[in-house]
Amino acid sequence: MKRRDFVGLTGLAAGSLLLPSIPGFGSGLLVSPERLLEPGLDVALKKRLADVALNAAKSAGATYADVRIGRYLNQGIFTREKQVQNIASSESQGVGVRVIANGTWGFASTNQITDEGIAKAAQLAVAIAKANSKVQKEPVKLVPQKGYGTVSWKTPITQNAFEVPIAQKVDLLMETNAKALAGGASFVNSALFQVNEQKYFASTDGSYIDQDIHRIWPTFTVTAIDRASGKFRSRPSMSASMGLGYEYLTPSAKEKIAGPAGSDVIGYKQRYDILEDVTNATKQVKQKLTAKSVTPGKYDLVLDPHHLGLTIHESVGHPLELDRVLGYEANYAGTSFADLQWKAKNIPYGSKAVNIVADKLQPGSLGAVGYDDEGVKTKRWDLIKEGKLVDYQKIRDQAHIVGQNESDGCCYAQSWQDVQFQRMPNVSLKPGKAKLSVDDMVKGIDKGIYIAGNGSFSIDQQRYNFQFGGIVFYAIEKGKITGMLEDVAYQANTQEFWNSCAASCDESDYRLVGFFNDGKGQPSQSSAVSHGSATTRFNGVNVINTARKIG
Amino acid sequence: MAILSQSEAQAILTKVLSFSKADECEASLSGNVGGNVRTARNTISTSGASDNVSLAVESRFGKRSGVATCNQFDDATLRSCVQRAEEIARLAPESPEYMPLLGPQQYVAAPESFSQRTAAINPDYRATQVAAGMQICDQQKLSSAAFLEDSAGFRAVRNSKGLQAYQQRSGVTYSVTVRTPDGTGSGYATADYNDASKLDTSALTTTAAKKAAMSREAKAIEPGKYTVIMEPAALVANTDASLLAALMGALDARSADEGRSFLSKKGGGNKKGEKLFDERVTIYSDPTNPEIADLTFSGDGRPHQKTTWIEKGVVKNLYTSRYWAQKAGIPDIPRPNGWIMEGGTQSLEDMIKGTQKGILVTRLWYIRPVDPQTLLYTGLTRDGTFYIENGKIKHPVKNFRFNESPIIMLNNLEAIGKPVRMGGNLVPPLKIRDFTFTSLSDAV
Repeated sequence: MKRRDFVGLTGLAAGSLLLPSIPGFGSGLLVSPERLLEPGLDVALKKRLADVALNAAKSAGATYADVRIGRYLNQGIFTREKQVQNIASSESQGVGVRVIANGTWGFASTNQITDEGIAKAAQLAVAIAKANSKVQKEPVKLVPQKGYGTVSWKTPITQNAFEVPIAQKVDLLMETNAKALAGGASFVNSALFQVNEQKYFASTDGSYIDQDIHRIWPTFTVTAIDRASGKFRSRPSMSASMGLGYEYLTPSAKEKIAGPAGSDVIGYKQRYDILEDVTNATKQVKQKLTAKSVTPGKYDLVLDPHHLGLTIHESVGHPLELDRVLGYEANYAGTSFADLQWKAKNIPYGSKAVNIVADKLQPGSLGAVGYDDEGVKTKRWDLIKEGKLVDYQKIRDQAHIVGQNESDGCCYAQSWQDVQFQRMPNVSLKPGKAKLSVDDMVKGIDKGIYIAGNGSFSIDQQRYNFQFGGIVFYAIEKGKITGMLEDVAYQANTQEFWNSCAASCDESDYRLVGFFNDGKGQPSQSSAVSHGSATTRFNGVNVINTARKIG
Repeated sequence: MAILSQSEAQAILTKVLSFSKADECEASLSGNVGGNVRTARNTISTSGASDNVSLAVESRFGKRSGVATCNQFDDATLRSCVQRAEEIARLAPESPEYMPLLGPQQYVAAPESFSQRTAAINPDYRATQVAAGMQICDQQKLSSAAFLEDSAGFRAVRNSKGLQAYQQRSGVTYSVTVRTPDGTGSGYATADYNDASKLDTSALTTTAAKKAAMSREAKAIEPGKYTVIMEPAALVANTDASLLAALMGALDARSADEGRSFLSKKGGGNKKGEKLFDERVTIYSDPTNPEIADLTFSGDGRPHQKTTWIEKGVVKNLYTSRYWAQKAGIPDIPRPNGWIMEGGTQSLEDMIKGTQKGILVTRLWYIRPVDPQTLLYTGLTRDGTFYIENGKIKHPVKNFRFNESPIIMLNNLEAIGKPVRMGGNLVPPLKIRDFTFTSLSDAV
């Protein structure tokens, strides 16, 4: 049997039971891949089942109820060197019912998609709410939300990745590995993740919302080893996970953006060239073995969007989550320095070059949906304007706390099994208005470092102090890239860092980076989110050297 | 249905195997029932409940294998599940890392991994437990955020080579962060058990509340190298990466042999047998230890046995897949569940009393790898960081960012305290000299 026949018709191999450890695969059951192409429940049936849940909840005493009927499809293809390690396809279907009873939230879920199973889950959700209401102090208060009636939304993809033969996907990954090995890599792993969330939402507000959401993430890691010295270095892919279909893997010259001259870095917009990137990676990972160790000190940093996205995520996206600001995450993900008092004082978050927007509609982004998981139509809104904090991210039970009367539509649950709560929308730095290329930006720097790709990242529980690494680092001396560096990480305070923001390149340099598995909440749930920016300069940032000896 | 007895589970698995036409077949059942409740601002925020049982069937023809799963247990569904696994296996390419299924194995006597008291937890119990903590904070005008989660279930395996395994397990975890209303103080406490009757949410909340009150008006001191006393929750976290778990996670033979581990040797080979840590460092796993009872068999059916990983500072064993063990001609040892770091008899209080100058660390946060070559990690202190002078906590200090490797840390040991359960492991508080703090954080 040829590999193509296998991968085209099957999809599972030994080791698949390790599925729960695969990011983004949630708790779905492994299935044969062809099952992922079967249609889910008919919309009319989902509407009838949703009404079963809403009616059962109301009958049991709920004053509000919503129901999510979900079918979650995932596929991951994993390879190393010349072999396919695993092809795991999973499917998870079920119903989650959320209610307010006695002024208290209750939630229960079931995989029994029958009238009886759904009604039972609704009744259990009400029972949990009533049990908790005995110790509840503040009743839940929702801002009003109109019902939209029957509506639908779909990620605007051109090629459903689940419909692409697995053989084609495996061949691409194997070709990726072959490029790395031919280029002299010691090891290479590659993978392709695909997600399809088929979600039906209904609530007692009168909405019946059917959505079909797609995401994709191709990735690899190339490792080079110098046996003589025992030194090893890795270089992961510079792909972004995206809210796109398989078309993302169709290379397009107009979707590529070169880094500064002398850097060998290539960035990608809405289309990704994995073969080009792995060729670059193999070259760069060998350079990393002999790169000069950085001298610590203050540098002007030029951060490419693949790197800066994570900085935006950690130092702007998370601190402006209103649930965190209010203390709901205090036991786990933390609180925020950017509290309501801080905002009232109008303290500058950053320089006037800093304009940051939240956007649940952005094409190609991971967070793009038509409606959130409590039936709110999505939108775009400003978070930071010319360096001043102007708003937070809110859902229905928080908006009244900041005197607002509508949700921002950023409520999300990772599956039908999990309760929905406030999650980060796409949060992006607007590009500069004036024309500015990355080469022009570098030309103006006397002593700096160009950083591409997101590496090690860590920030404190109130989002002040952070330390970020990257994937590749290049020294900038007197306006030119002069060579690769290693052992680089920069430490900063969020407010000081954004106040050191000098300029961003223009729209032509703007692109997204995405994160498939952003963790938050207890029990922890993951969500996918994108961040856009153009290459941006930050002046006088503290760079440390991370090299250590262990004997 | 979530918690099947051994006979119920093996009856289903026997039936599944009877449907198999493959050269080899293995079936496994997993079931779990559980719930959770979360609080913040001294009130309940969310809670939920779930239960499920699922079956996985792996069929093999020669070196080809296929897996299928289901969660319905009528004969037709089971038969279909087996057939699907066989169809997949017939079409699969031969695996270059194929290993035949294991035959009958001897497992150590199942420890007390399951508690009926944990399995009986209901929404009222959860609400009552978190209410006890919230009441303490109400009385002291403090604000708490807490999380209680419980689960009970089983795992059963049976294969055509005669392997049989079955075990039940349960667990409950509680963690609480208490903050002062002005946002200048924060404290934390956590515990986990198999048996929920051991859980004392009031005591844990009291500890966190005390730390919150003590940590007000923290003073800034210069970052640098300090003697630190790490509480067990600072060494192992069940909500984040952690330094000791990172070390245990790096004891993999294959990555060491392949040259991409801190255990890789120049020129090839690994550092097993070398003394890499202070001679007081001994870490082992023991599935019979009743304090951290867990499954006595691994995912591929291998028995978990008492295994010494580091003895008197020397790396004694590395875990590995069956394939790599055969290829490399090394012992075939599965990755452990919980592990035990040997300690002394000193309590945390004793260790503080014996410290002239140092810093007490309650918890670390956002710990991320910086360099896999040296196992260097970065992260921050959180929820209770205090300056110790002349055997007493003198005042709270602002939080620090650290850049440190657990390898360096375990070479700079000053003292080891009495181990306590933390995240399913037994972890002692450690006193470490020259721990590297690189910057300050204003976060509380």
